[in-house]
Amino acid sequence: MAKKFDYAPAPESRAIVDIRSSYGLFIDGEFADPADGRSFKSVSPSSEEVLADISDASAADVDRAVKAARRAYTRAWSKMSGAERGKYLFRIARILQERSREFAVLESLDNGKPIKESRDVDVPLAAAHFFYHAGWADKLEYAGLATSTGRTPQPLGVAGQVIPWNFPLLMLAWKIAPALATGNTVVLKPAETTPLTALLFAEVCQQADLPPGVVNILTGAGETGRAVVEHPDVDKVAFTGSTEVGKLIARAVAGSRKKVTLELGGKAANIVFEDAPIDQSVEGIVRGVFFNQGHVCCAGTRLLVQESVADEVLTSLKRRVSSLRLGDPLDKNTDIGAINSAAQLERIRELSQIGEDEGAGRWSPPCEIPERGYWFPPTVFTGVSQAHRIAREEIFGPVLSVLTFRTPAEAVEKANNTPYGLSAGVWTEKGSLILWMADQLRAGVVWANTFNQFDPSSPFGGYKESGYGREGGRHGLAAYLKTWDN
Amino acid sequence: MARVDVRKTYKLYIAGKFPRSESGRSYEVTDARGRFLANAALASRKDARDAVLAARAAFGGWSGATAYNRGQVLYRVAEMLEGRRAQFVDEVSRGEGLTARQADRVVDATIDRWVWYAGWSDKVSAIAGSSNPVAGPFFNFSTPEPTGVVAVVAPQKSSLLGLVSVVGPAIVTGNTCVVLASQTTPLPAITLAEALATSDLPGGVVNVLTGRVDEVAPWLASHMDVNGLDLAGAGLLGMDLEATAADNVKRVLRPVDPDHDWAETPSPARMLAHLETKTVWHPVGV
Repeated sequence: MAKKFDYAPAPESRAIVDIRSSYGLFIDGEFADPADGRSFKSVSPSSEEVLADISDASAADVDRAVKAARRAYTRAWSKMSGAERGKYLFRIARILQERSREFAVLESLDNGKPIKESRDVDVPLAAAHFFYHAGWADKLEYAGLATSTGRTPQPLGVAGQVIPWNFPLLMLAWKIAPALATGNTVVLKPAETTPLTALLFAEVCQQADLPPGVVNILTGAGETGRAVVEHPDVDKVAFTGSTEVGKLIARAVAGSRKKVTLELGGKAANIVFEDAPIDQSVEGIVRGVFFNQGHVCCAGTRLLVQESVADEVLTSLKRRVSSLRLGDPLDKNTDIGAINSAAQLERIRELSQIGEDEGAGRWSPPCEIPERGYWFPPTVFTGVSQAHRIAREEIFGPVLSVLTFRTPAEAVEKANNTPYGLSAGVWTEKGSLILWMADQLRAGVVWANTFNQFDPSSPFGGYKESGYGREGGRHGLAAYLKTWDN
Repeated sequence: MARVDVRKTYKLYIAGKFPRSESGRSYEVTDARGRFLANAALASRKDARDAVLAARAAFGGWSGATAYNRGQVLYRVAEMLEGRRAQFVDEVSRGEGLTARQADRVVDATIDRWVWYAGWSDKVSAIAGSSNPVAGPFFNFSTPEPTGVVAVVAPQKSSLLGLVSVVGPAIVTGNTCVVLASQTTPLPAITLAEALATSDLPGGVVNVLTGRVDEVAPWLASHMDVNGLDLAGAGLLGMDLEATAADNVKRVLRPVDPDHDWAETPSPARMLAHLETKTVWHPVGV
């Protein structure tokens, strides 16, 4: 095997970001101190360095933010024409592009993801999301979602949104852009481990002169999120996160008028048939499971490979994984960054240990782990059966389980044998097989001969316990509009 | 002397067959003025679970049938309804306390509603699907697919028109369903089942239970192999049922106002509520 090239360090400068020592809550267009003065710290997972002191919003702060959002909805945002709303969104898209490097560096610092991903995926997609939805704002009557009360679909009111730590800015964009385009106002809670890009986004709202109260950003942990979801004056709840919390939310809003969309966990099958081009498939497998350290709800964590090519695929996969570079997220050569938090690292370790204990074969490439920070090497489990917990539970880390199959019917049976249904991958040269598989797989997104592609015009969301509702495209608008009753 | 008529035994409809409740129980059904009409089966938890099994077993075939085929089968059901209209008029008028003329109009609307939904089978993709212009060399499209097994609590007052207005939109797109009929006026639902059984609808696509909503609906709401829950007729039980449905993230349609006029022209909303959107990506290139 060829010797791995040695790369010189190529760190992106962090001088471009100016992190304040502490941050308030963004309510009614301004940063304000939390009512009870509590705070927590945001830590860089790659160095364990404390980045800033973050306000912990209480129920009183949530109430203040919801009131501001309601006021902004009644007095400004719902009265404004779609065209005017759209121009604010265009402004936000442009400012995100202008300040893209700042956002990318800050995201990698706070989240731990490689700069090449925050720079080339998270931030450009976030800007694209605002740009896409900006154009919808004055065209909603043509979206095919008209209501019985008139031609132009009506917004719901105040949206309470709770987002995860894996794509902090991108998930914010997925939530805020459609909500604003359809005429709703927003109270958003970013994840407690990754609040910084959301707080920088608050500055973007100020630079765009967005009317105060249209976007409110409250930092905090689970209790803050619960207060947002359960606030009686919230009309719409949008959540991305674990299936466990998603179920709590679905219970909490039962019997209310609140419209809900949930984007939850996954355990996607990535299915490789014997006629697939091996090298391309291996690239897709790697992209599918090691992208963003596997902190991806739609990650292809179950590799289903046809028995006849299993050895060949596995050999090639191990060679490729051995070339991945783990380390400083700000280094432009880094492929695998830091695990987002100590708690998440613990969960990945625990489930991986269970994989080993249950008898699966564990393999990781030789890999230097930095001394400080939270790290987990890319890991492949072979000889995994469907009963193994690593094949059933979402690990949310860089851990792949390899299973085999003989026939397409068996592949479908195994792929669908999960309570989740967010995404799936299929690799084959045979067109009719791709379309048959795409039809049979019970998942909201099917990537054929590709994986982990995202676009604001492409609806995203799950079947079964992966949640309901779609984000992106024409379908995503429906989540924020009053639609017919019967 | 008048001839002694042959009366019907009203049973459940599960997997295309008409069993009595496994519990051996029945309950007395009266007309709107309280006079005895029949003994209906009082469905149990086991009946509900059998019905879900039947619906799940029928899902692959029904969802895999072509939309054109489903449309024709459902149209065939409308033909069977027309043939039984006298019986429906009689049961609706007695059960809901309507005049013969009012009941006649309800049955007209019921059959027309069924035809309306039948015609949607091969059109719903046109309004719920899309081709998506992603920023990259990919072919990308979204299509609607049925959610799976849908449990339905039928409207309580509108025992026939309300019933077809919630069953039609669930099954036309390929879902299969378990429907809990109006508790006080269950007879039209069983007669509907007889029409379904004599059309070409595969057994298990629609399963009809009669009995107490507060006894049976919680088992449907908590069943882990039910994907969707339409609480149209659940009334005040709706809140608890919706909370229970969260156990496996069921898609829930909340209760409808008990006085809702089901004769109102429907929208595609109830069909869309029982659909998932699947998006498929494939690279484009030489």
